[in-house]
Amino acid sequence: MRALIGRMQRAKTGKSDPAPSRLKYRIQRWMLTPGIRMGLRFGVPVCLVLAAGGTYMSSQERRDMLMERYVELRHSIEQRPEFMVNAMAIDGAVPVVGEDIREVVSLDFPISSFDLDLPELRARIMELDPVKTAEVRIRPGGILQVDVTERTPAAVWRSSAGLALLDETGAHVAELGQRSLKPTLPLLAGEGANDHVAEALQLVAVARPLGPRLRGFARIGERRWDVVLDRDQRILLPSDRPVQALERVIAVSEVQDLLERDVAVVDMRLNARPTVRMSEDAVENWWKIKELNGSGQ
Amino acid sequence: MTDLYQSQRAMRQMRRQAMQRGVVAVLDVGSSKIACLILRFDGASVHSDDNSIGALAGQSGFRVIGAKTTRSRGVQFGEITAMQETESAIRTAVQGAQKMAAVRVDHVIACFSGASPRSYGLNACVDLEGQLVTENEVARVLAACEVPDYGSGREVMHAQPINFALDNRSGLNDPRGQLGQSLEVDMHMLTVDAATVQNLVHCIKRCDLELAGIASSAYASGFSGLVEDEQELGSACIDMGGGTTSISIFVKKHMIYADSVRMGGDHITSDISMGLGVSTANAERIKTFCGGVQATGVDDRDMIDIGGDTGDWEHDQRSVSRAELIGIMRPRVEEILEEVRARLDAAGFDSLPSQQIVLTGGSSQIMGLDGLATRILGRQVRLGRPLRVHGLPQSATGPGFASAVGLCLLAAHPQDEWWDFEMPVDRQATGSFRRAVRWFKDNW
Repeated sequence: MRALIGRMQRAKTGKSDPAPSRLKYRIQRWMLTPGIRMGLRFGVPVCLVLAAGGTYMSSQERRDMLMERYVELRHSIEQRPEFMVNAMAIDGAVPVVGEDIREVVSLDFPISSFDLDLPELRARIMELDPVKTAEVRIRPGGILQVDVTERTPAAVWRSSAGLALLDETGAHVAELGQRSLKPTLPLLAGEGANDHVAEALQLVAVARPLGPRLRGFARIGERRWDVVLDRDQRILLPSDRPVQALERVIAVSEVQDLLERDVAVVDMRLNARPTVRMSEDAVENWWKIKELNGSGQ
Repeated sequence: MTDLYQSQRAMRQMRRQAMQRGVVAVLDVGSSKIACLILRFDGASVHSDDNSIGALAGQSGFRVIGAKTTRSRGVQFGEITAMQETESAIRTAVQGAQKMAAVRVDHVIACFSGASPRSYGLNACVDLEGQLVTENEVARVLAACEVPDYGSGREVMHAQPINFALDNRSGLNDPRGQLGQSLEVDMHMLTVDAATVQNLVHCIKRCDLELAGIASSAYASGFSGLVEDEQELGSACIDMGGGTTSISIFVKKHMIYADSVRMGGDHITSDISMGLGVSTANAERIKTFCGGVQATGVDDRDMIDIGGDTGDWEHDQRSVSRAELIGIMRPRVEEILEEVRARLDAAGFDSLPSQQIVLTGGSSQIMGLDGLATRILGRQVRLGRPLRVHGLPQSATGPGFASAVGLCLLAAHPQDEWWDFEMPVDRQATGSFRRAVRWFKDNW
């Protein structure tokens, strides 16, 4: 027991034992273990934060209050004058189209720019027929700027639904009340003509020498083109390479005045065998001439 | 014998685990101090496969990353006498070293000097089954050694094959793969008191550490105090510690004899304390600062204040001449060295080709010891310090750390012990399945 007593006395006098107690020794060894060090450095703070957050958020009132404050804050930021849009400016559209765009967009100004969905607005504007491209952006100063490129009509299409204006891609631009409103545009007819406007425009370019004789182009069987001239003349073009066929006809016509003659139909449907149908009067005339010649012999 | 195999093998297994983890502690439990070094093994740097490059070159494999020395408590003559005290001293040392290294160590290799080590030379000869010396043949010849009756209550600490002979060709280090008729082995076995070892094991276990090896400090300090050619040619390492003086004799890089004299520096201190009538701490201070063993004329006039704290002015102002101090110390040192001489003579140290004697350990720092030792032990005496190992702090480079440093070298490159070899097939007590597997492995 002497040793024990001695130790107790030493503790009283304050001269401590340099040796660590078992507990201290173990704690130090624990602290030197990598896993526990990591756990203390990262795991415990994370757990504490999670636990504190969890207890705070466990009450419905607090959650609601937090949500409310968040919404309020968001709203107050959104409603700041820097973010407000007060007007809409439309560039590049005729007034009628501009009205259409305003109708389609249908916004109540002033509105916060956070509430504007620009891609969606643009998509809605692009859905309008006369609009080719549209750009929507918010200009500094709180103005919703809409830059529009309109479609330019390239042809008039007569279908069962009436007269319509088409642009060069065949897209519908507008209804047309009367053909005489757009006398300069070529006239297309027939089902499916609107899908081949580009080809038709090529034909129009080639058919320029025909001048005022050209009445229009008819799509036959949704397959090929007929060129309709006045005097009920028709040029039947093949479905394959119609432009070249028309060029041939025009060339022949310029040299030999084919179309000036009493010809009803120039049939180019078979490339290797162009055919010409004469009008009824011409045939009868021809017969008469043959008879005269035959009797004359 | 199977028992021994298993406990020592378990320690070897622990050592392998520690190597894999890369950190192991080395603990020198001495009578005057407990030193703990923490080693980190940074990658195995293999220098040669056939062990031709020795321990000197093998130092590069590890680095000391933590060191701590503390005053030993509860250890006398290198043996634990007060478990609690020793345990807390070990804790102090390990904790300090861990703090310095900033890693946690779980495996410890320990050495101690006491427990009256006793050496035995074993010899065995077997006829080979085939022409070739295989691993199994080596195990068989090792198993054939006749183990002397070393008494109950003692345990084998080291058992190292030190020499193989194949058909009269002696001096083989590694007979495996050679051809011959009969294989002979010389083994050195060191036994110690089992109770002491168990006390140490228990202390270390109570510190939450796993024992990965245990060595005699005579062996360890010989490993670090002797240079390589001394180990090769034959020399004795005398580790003069606090409570014991350990002797180890090395030849051909193997320890062939170890013993310990149960006298050391503490006895010199207690002689001074008794002779001058001062406290032990004061006596230790006087010994360290003013001690010596060779008196000269000037020492008569060199007065040393020995002091005291009794409050009696006359008593506290005492002083002695240095010659008187030497007169107290010298007989004790002579007694220790004469005892060592007797042990060396008994071991037949005279018949070794080289008779180099290296003095190391804390007490070898007594001034003039080399001159006295030359007079008693013979001409070839030198003072030894441990090798420098990587990262060893300056404070741990003194001769007192010879066994700790030697243990570092042993931890990195242990010598083959008996239990490192496989047990021969016919001695095995394991199941028939294991034997069948072994037969399969041997024959295919």
